[in-house]
Amino acid sequence: MSEATMTRREWLLTDRPQSRLQARLGRAYVAWRRFTANKLAVIGLVIILGLVFLAIFAPLLAPHSPYIGDLAKARLLAPGAGHWLGTDDQGRDILSRLIYGSRLTLQVVLLVAVIAAPIGLLVGTVAGYAGGWVDAVLMRITDIFLAFPKLVLALAFVAALGPGIGNAIIAIAITSWPPYARIARAETLTVRNSDYIQAVQLMGASPWRIVLRHIMPLCISSLIVRVTLDMAGIILTAAGLGFLGLGAQPPLPEWGAMIASGRRFILDQWWVAAAPGVAILIVSLGFNLLGDGLRDALDPRGSGQ
Amino acid sequence: MTPALAIDGLSVEYDDFVALDDVSLTVAPGESFGLVGESGSGKSTLLRAVAGLAPVSSGTITVDGQKLGAKRDKAFYRKVQMVFQDPYGSLHPRQTVDRLLLEPLAIHGFTGTEGRIIRALDEVGLPASFRFRYSHQLSGGQRQRVAIARALILEPSILLLDEPTSALDASVQAEVLNLLEQLRATRNLTFVMVSHDLAVVTHMCDRLMVMQSGRTVEELASSDLAARRVTQDYTRGLLTASAGFRRDSA
Repeated sequence: MSEATMTRREWLLTDRPQSRLQARLGRAYVAWRRFTANKLAVIGLVIILGLVFLAIFAPLLAPHSPYIGDLAKARLLAPGAGHWLGTDDQGRDILSRLIYGSRLTLQVVLLVAVIAAPIGLLVGTVAGYAGGWVDAVLMRITDIFLAFPKLVLALAFVAALGPGIGNAIIAIAITSWPPYARIARAETLTVRNSDYIQAVQLMGASPWRIVLRHIMPLCISSLIVRVTLDMAGIILTAAGLGFLGLGAQPPLPEWGAMIASGRRFILDQWWVAAAPGVAILIVSLGFNLLGDGLRDALDPRGSGQ
Repeated sequence: MTPALAIDGLSVEYDDFVALDDVSLTVAPGESFGLVGESGSGKSTLLRAVAGLAPVSSGTITVDGQKLGAKRDKAFYRKVQMVFQDPYGSLHPRQTVDRLLLEPLAIHGFTGTEGRIIRALDEVGLPASFRFRYSHQLSGGQRQRVAIARALILEPSILLLDEPTSALDASVQAEVLNLLEQLRATRNLTFVMVSHDLAVVTHMCDRLMVMQSGRTVEELASSDLAARRVTQDYTRGLLTASAGFRRDSA
């Protein structure tokens, strides 16, 4: 069969790729097909993409301002035609606040993942590959961080650094890297004595090169899965900090803080607290479904070898 | 003439276990030297010690007249390379053949990598269309060819072969052995080959050493082995064992 008559699918699935790019795309395509075979995972992905969409186009999508309400006429209105999800005690449209709040949620989740995952990956792979006292020191530090309850440690950090969304992100990141270090170390230990790593040692590669280019790529997929599954927990921790008044400060439309302010009217005006609660629930569920799907798609043991 | 590889009084200990006990040997440049013995006799450990993958407790290893320290330098790895026993475990599962072959070139700062990779594949008899395959898309024999290409791409003068064919089926074994023979002839390589298969060693090697529980039993030319001119009972036992199972002797 000539090159020209190949369909795009055949081009991706060919067992003799012609270039580095084609080999990489082919591998990604196989993972994608495995991922899309799982309907729940696709639902999770759609939820997360929806969240990203809301965050990007918040100013266009939100019907009202998230900060300025009509205190005279629109306080604590029930869900209806004018305000689909009702209004809060300041007369602000809850739907608009939720839509803007998606930006904060996404910001927290992304920044925590970007800070915590690389730290955990680096600490874990270096500890696992180096062994000896390096391993002992790094893993004891990890143990110390693991020994603290997450929320309590985050509370302590926020108390020390001052309340605010930025400090909440740092606090959550600091408390969430140790499990990643554990996973990365365990993965590293299983491969560090394998022939293919010794073969690279025999080429004269430096330890850093081996860790960064040969060991880390093997740990990344299980780490991505774990991070995705943890995102729900990160959202909840951020919401918990917000609820306690230690995360985002008013008037920022952070979902946890919105629940906290709705608590006072929970019996008479239930929608004020319920709407952000449902939003947190849906997004957490979305990340969990996505994580489960990624686990099946990225698991090297199931990758048709 | 300086020997390509000289080992003198080499011992390797793992914790309290003595894996290699006072072994000495010399291999001339261009020679093919075999190490035979049962599993656990220390033959693979000897190769690993030369490669720097086993903890040497005493003794010296000399390559081309240069004594090796505890740490090997980059020049050493350009001179000595190794092919592992299990082709299913010696290739990185997430790298294409291209990437596997590029890595040693990148580490040693070679130029003209494109041409070298294509030439290396050609030398081991793999078509260029295999270049961007992942190792799980290759058969055992193809994998071992890639491993040989990877070892030879740095143009070493000494190749350590740790049972390079024992994980392959018989017909593929012959192919890979012929390939190694031919590469040795064209590149004037020095081979140190570990095997438990006496037929393979007599076919491939000029001289060989028989080992048992970390010690040398005897050193002999492979023609002696073929003619059964052996002095030690252990070697005789190996010869009998390799002749296959016989009902009357059992």
